[in-house]
Amino acid sequence: MDLNILIAIATMGGLGFIFAGALAIADKKLRVEENPLIGQVNDVLPGANCGACGKAGCYDFAVNVVEGTMAPNGCPVGGQEVANDVAALLGIEAGEAVKIVARVLCRGGNIEAARKLVEYRGPQSCATMDLVSGGSKQCQYGCMGGGDCVDVCTFNAIHLNENGLPVVIDELCTGCGMCVKACPRSIIELHPADREVFVFCKSHDDPKTSKDVCEVACSGCGICARKSDGGVIIENGLAVIQWDNFDPDKIPFDKCKSSAICFLRDGFAEHQAEVAAAAAEMSPEQSN
Amino acid sequence: MKFNTFPGGVHPPEEKELSEHCAFERMPAPSMVVLPLSQHLGKQANPLVAKRAAVVQGEVIAEADGFISAPVHSPITGTVKSIGRESNSSGYMKEALVIVPAEAAEGEEIPDPVMMPPLNPDSATVEEIRARVKAAGIVGQGGAAFPTFVKLTPPEGKTIDTVILNGCECEPYLTRDDRFMLERPEAIVSGLKLIMRALGVSKGVIGIENNKPQAIASMEKAVATQNGLSVCALQTKYPQGAEKMLIKAVNGREVPPGRLPLDVGVVIQNIGTAVAIHDAVAKGEPSITAAVTVTGRGIRNPKNLIIPIGTPISDVIAFCGGLTDDAAKVVVGGPMMGVAQHDLNAPIMKATSGIVVLTHDEVRKQEETACLRCGKCVDACPLHLMPTRLARLAQLNMVEEAERLSITVCMECGSCAFTCPANIPLVQWLRLGKQRVIHLQRSRKNTAA
Ligand code: SF4
Ligand code: SF4
Ligand code: SF4
Ligand code: SF4
Repeated sequence: MDLNILIAIATMGGLGFIFAGALAIADKKLRVEENPLIGQVNDVLPGANCGACGKAGCYDFAVNVVEGTMAPNGCPVGGQEVANDVAALLGIEAGEAVKIVARVLCRGGNIEAARKLVEYRGPQSCATMDLVSGGSKQCQYGCMGGGDCVDVCTFNAIHLNENGLPVVIDELCTGCGMCVKACPRSIIELHPADREVFVFCKSHDDPKTSKDVCEVACSGCGICARKSDGGVIIENGLAVIQWDNFDPDKIPFDKCKSSAICFLRDGFAEHQAEVAAAAAEMSPEQSN
Repeated sequence: MKFNTFPGGVHPPEEKELSEHCAFERMPAPSMVVLPLSQHLGKQANPLVAKRAAVVQGEVIAEADGFISAPVHSPITGTVKSIGRESNSSGYMKEALVIVPAEAAEGEEIPDPVMMPPLNPDSATVEEIRARVKAAGIVGQGGAAFPTFVKLTPPEGKTIDTVILNGCECEPYLTRDDRFMLERPEAIVSGLKLIMRALGVSKGVIGIENNKPQAIASMEKAVATQNGLSVCALQTKYPQGAEKMLIKAVNGREVPPGRLPLDVGVVIQNIGTAVAIHDAVAKGEPSITAAVTVTGRGIRNPKNLIIPIGTPISDVIAFCGGLTDDAAKVVVGGPMMGVAQHDLNAPIMKATSGIVVLTHDEVRKQEETACLRCGKCVDACPLHLMPTRLARLAQLNMVEEAERLSITVCMECGSCAFTCPANIPLVQWLRLGKQRVIHLQRSRKNTAA
């Protein structure tokens, strides 16, 4: 018995020595020299491996930056700070990293958007809702409130408010665009963080239908486009901002009956207050 | 006696007794028809009439656009009220023409319907049959609404030896094919012979599930004097009427994944399609009515109806005595593969086969739990897929793995979801997965091109 144990220890130990020796030799003989810069750059990256830069992960980005195939400001998650660090390591100019954030361009929440006669039943996922006539709201273009965008955000930068609409927290949003890809209705877009005015609607319905299905829908009436000198055009029943020659001062915001075109912050603060009031008014059994 | 069938499948309650004894009734023309331009698989038809135009019953109001497409005829004489997006039983708004009936003004007469000249079904040539089926805008009545003319024009180099008429009606509740087999066996046989002539085939089989003994007797009588025609009684099991299952049961051939019945020398047509083909050839009637079973415990008087296409579902329900107090869900098609409606203004379309109204008790929401790994869905799947795994892959967006496990083969029959004790909405996830795989394949093709 004792002998058996000794033999086992000797064999396993011996094998260990042999393999360790082989590894030691391989390390000397087969070593691949890696540019140490890659490791250093990798260390200053956020390590989220989100793929927002378009590469397979942070390490892949580091390899590309060091090889010069990508600019140091290519990591949207890290922002200016990381861009500076990377540039310093490489001894080149960082370039300016513009902060990009996600914008949810639909404000037809549970309160504003008309609901169908019957409720949707099934998986609470926008992707599956979209397959069966699009969830419980009547609008065929708007947010369905299933929160697929929320589920994919690795940075917790987007959540559903009490009105069932996604809200982006600018400070957390890295502009990685995962939510944009997840939304089956293409409601979320990436924009420079300093843009203030948006058309918060994606509906191409005719004026009557859009009014019937949602209180805050763009009817495509064209009032905002009229004096905008091409800053806003009407495309297939929907106002679309042309960012290159857009001047908010030329837009008569109070003339838009549904406030579909409005300021992000103003509109939103007001809107939030209204939502809160309406939610409070709704009796508990109604909201159930 | 042993009846032919396929491996897998499920046995949902049949519920045929609600409407199987009701003979077909013709529903009068409604006060408005909504005619979607796409009532078929393939390209949407091109409208030929403008707003306010006067149209006559039977007139072509939209022409086929391309090979896989079908024209639309007006089911009533009247005026075009609008062209735009209207409710649709698919759940989404679709392009449609709205026509209101003409009121006969003083001293004016409502013009007669325009029909195509009748042909002798015994002597019509191959070209005549194909041209007529195309002009009549006939689409498959089995559910997919594939333009029938295309199926009668097989690509060069394919040998077809058998035509199977699908009289399974394996969807619970529906009884419309059953009624056709009882009431119009001669029309069915005539339609089948026309299909066989168009395809140059000498063997025709009518497959019928054995829960319809009267229909089997009726059809056996009708084919008794005909050469090359036979009736094949099949075991009652869902989805016996799915193309691949039917072929397997009738002549034992296996259609490989991703292939068509054509590839094993078979063409399948539905009973209703055969009747429509006979009517188009022998009577010159275009496809302007749909044979629909209106049934379920949520409807007061279940009926089998011949309804002008474009009739809003709400009118049909009213004609059948309206909804009962505990009606909860209106499904267009059968309960297994049909589409639940959220808007009863949606119209009856050419391929609409049934309206099933379920009650609150019947649609009670079942609590979904985690997969029990019981494997029941795998046993039930007639196509030998692994529904539980595929659904999970779809949920996790693992598109490539789902593709590798042949998710696109799934025909969305719902057998798996029906049998799942954990109440997992498997088909919905499968549909999502299929859609994603198809997108992936398309983008791959685009980048390759
Ligand atoms: S998923 Fe959307 S919200 Fe989240 S960080 Fe990326 S862009 Fe911002
Ligand atoms: S924005 Fe899009 S993904 Fe997000 S909840 Fe709305 S529909 Fe769903
Ligand atoms: S729905 Fe698809 S996976 Fe489920 S049983 Fe039918 S064919 Fe199989
Ligand atoms: S039948 Fe339902 S519970 Fe059973 S293995 Fe399939 S998915 Fe899981």
